[in-house]
Amino acid sequence: MTPDRIRSWRRGALSLIAVATLYQIAARSGYFAPALMPPLGTVAQTLFDSIRDGSMLGHAAATLYRVVTGFGLAVAAGLPLGVLMGRFRGVENFVLPLSSALMPIPSLAWVPVFILWFGLGNTVTILIVFYAALFPMLLNTWTGVRSVNPIWLRAAGAMGANEQALFWKVIIPGASPFIIAGLRQSFLRAWIAVIGAEMLAGSDWGLGWVIFDAKEFLNTDVMLASLVVIGCIGFVTERLVFGSIERATIYRWGMARAAKG
Amino acid sequence: MHDVVDSFAPAVPAIDAGPLRRAGQNAFPFIVVGAAWEAVAHLDLFPAQFFPPLETIAATFVRLTWSGVLPHHTLDTLVRLVAGFAIAGVIGVIVGILMGRSRRAEDILLPLISIGAPIPGLAYAPLFLLWFGPGDVSAVVLVAFVSMFPIVYNCWTGVKAVKDIWLRSAQAMGADDAKVFRHVILPGALPYILTGLRLGLAQAWRILVAVEMLAAVPWGLGWLIFGAQEFLNTDVMLAGIAVIAAIGLALEKLVFRQLEAFTVVRWGMMT
Repeated sequence: MTPDRIRSWRRGALSLIAVATLYQIAARSGYFAPALMPPLGTVAQTLFDSIRDGSMLGHAAATLYRVVTGFGLAVAAGLPLGVLMGRFRGVENFVLPLSSALMPIPSLAWVPVFILWFGLGNTVTILIVFYAALFPMLLNTWTGVRSVNPIWLRAAGAMGANEQALFWKVIIPGASPFIIAGLRQSFLRAWIAVIGAEMLAGSDWGLGWVIFDAKEFLNTDVMLASLVVIGCIGFVTERLVFGSIERATIYRWGMARAAKG
Repeated sequence: MHDVVDSFAPAVPAIDAGPLRRAGQNAFPFIVVGAAWEAVAHLDLFPAQFFPPLETIAATFVRLTWSGVLPHHTLDTLVRLVAGFAIAGVIGVIVGILMGRSRRAEDILLPLISIGAPIPGLAYAPLFLLWFGPGDVSAVVLVAFVSMFPIVYNCWTGVKAVKDIWLRSAQAMGADDAKVFRHVILPGALPYILTGLRLGLAQAWRILVAVEMLAAVPWGLGWLIFGAQEFLNTDVMLAGIAVIAAIGLALEKLVFRQLEAFTVVRWGMMT
C-alpha cells in the first residue's frame, strides 16, 4: 500500500468515526428523545438479538424471495422481448411506444391499484418488482442487440454461420455488456421497489414491512437495524454478485471497451 | 451509473415514413391495448369498480380536472419535486465538484456516500417521518436526500474525468484558478453533471410518489392514488396514474433534452 492510499484510508476511517461520534453525542445528550434517536450500542444490540432469534433472517428471506422472483420474471420476459425488439422492426414498433409510455410511471404508483386487484400480500410485491425491473432490462437488451456491429454479423455470415450460431456466438456476446448493465440496473430498481412495496402492501414479513411497522411503535432501533441489513444486502449484490458476473463475462471476452465506447 | 441506457431513444423512422405515418405507427399499439382493455371491461369479467372502462376513467379525469381537485394535487406534487430537487441539485453539485477537486474532501466524503448509496431511499422514509414529523418537511427532505446520491456521484466522476492535459495547457497559457474552473473544468464535467441531474430528477420523481403515500400529506398525486384505494375508486387511481405518466414523460423529454441541446451538444461535447 502506498502512503497515499494509507492516508485515504485514515481519512475515511476518521470521517466515519467522527460521524458516529457526533451521532452518539446527539443521542446521549438527552436533547432528542431516546426512542427517536437510540445510541449505537442499542442498535447493535437489537440487530444482534434479532439475528439470533431468527426474526431478522426471516424478514430478509421474505424480501429476498420477493425480489428474486420479481427480478427473475422481469429477466425472463424482458430479455427475450428485448432481443426480439432488436431483431424485428415490427416488434420494436409495437413494444417501444408502450414502453416509453409506461416507463416514466414510478412502479410504486401502481401499488394501490394492484392491492385492489390482487389483495395484500406477495402477489402485489412481486408484480411491483417485476414492473420496476422489466423496463431497464428490456431497454438495455434492445440497445445491446441493435448496437452489435453489422460487420461482425456479415463476417460471421460470410464464414458460414447459420442463424443459430450467429445468435449465440455473435449477437449475445456482442450485446452482453448492455445486457449485464441492464441486469444490474434492473436489480437496483427491483431492490428499491421491493422495500417500498413491502411498506405499502407488506404483510407480516419483509424488511420494508419491519421498518414501517417499527414506526408505529417508535422502535427506532429496529428501524436502524433493518436499514443496516438492507444496506448490507444491497452492497453485497451490487459489488460481489454483479461485480463478479462482469469480471467473468465481459472482461474475459474483452468486451468492456465496447461497452464504454 | 455508467454505460447504462436509461431512456428509450425515439424509434428510428423508416426512410419513407412521413410524420403522419409515424404518428399512426406509434398510436397503433395503444389502440390495440385500449381495445383489449375495453373488451375486458365490458365483458364484466371483473366488477366495473375494479376494472373501469376507459370512458369512465376519462370522465373521472375531466370531472376531477374541472373541479380543480386534480390540478391542486398535481401542483402540490410538483412544488415538492422542485423544492426537493433544487436542494439536492445545489448541495449535490457543490459536494460532487468539491470531491472531484480536493483529495481531502474525497477521502472524507466517499465512505459516507458509499455507505448511504446502497440503501434504497424509501427505506429511510419511516425514519425521516419520525424525525421530522409527517408532512411536507419529511417528504421534501427525503426527496432531496435520495436524489443527491446520483448527482454527487456523477459530478465527482465528471470532474475527475477532465483531462489533465487540458488543465495543464490552460495553466501554461496563464489561466488562474478561477478561469481554469470556469472555462475548463465546468464545461469538461458538464455532460456528467447533466447526467447526474437527470438521474437525480428521475430518482426524485420515483421516490416522491411513494413518499406521498406514506407521509400523510393532505394533497399530492401519490396521496390521491393511495387515498382512492380506501373508497375502491379505481377510476380515480388510474386518472392519477395517467397524470403521473404525463409528468414523468415531460420531465424526461422536455426538461433535460432541451438543456443538453443548449449546452453540451452546442459546445460539441456530446452528440
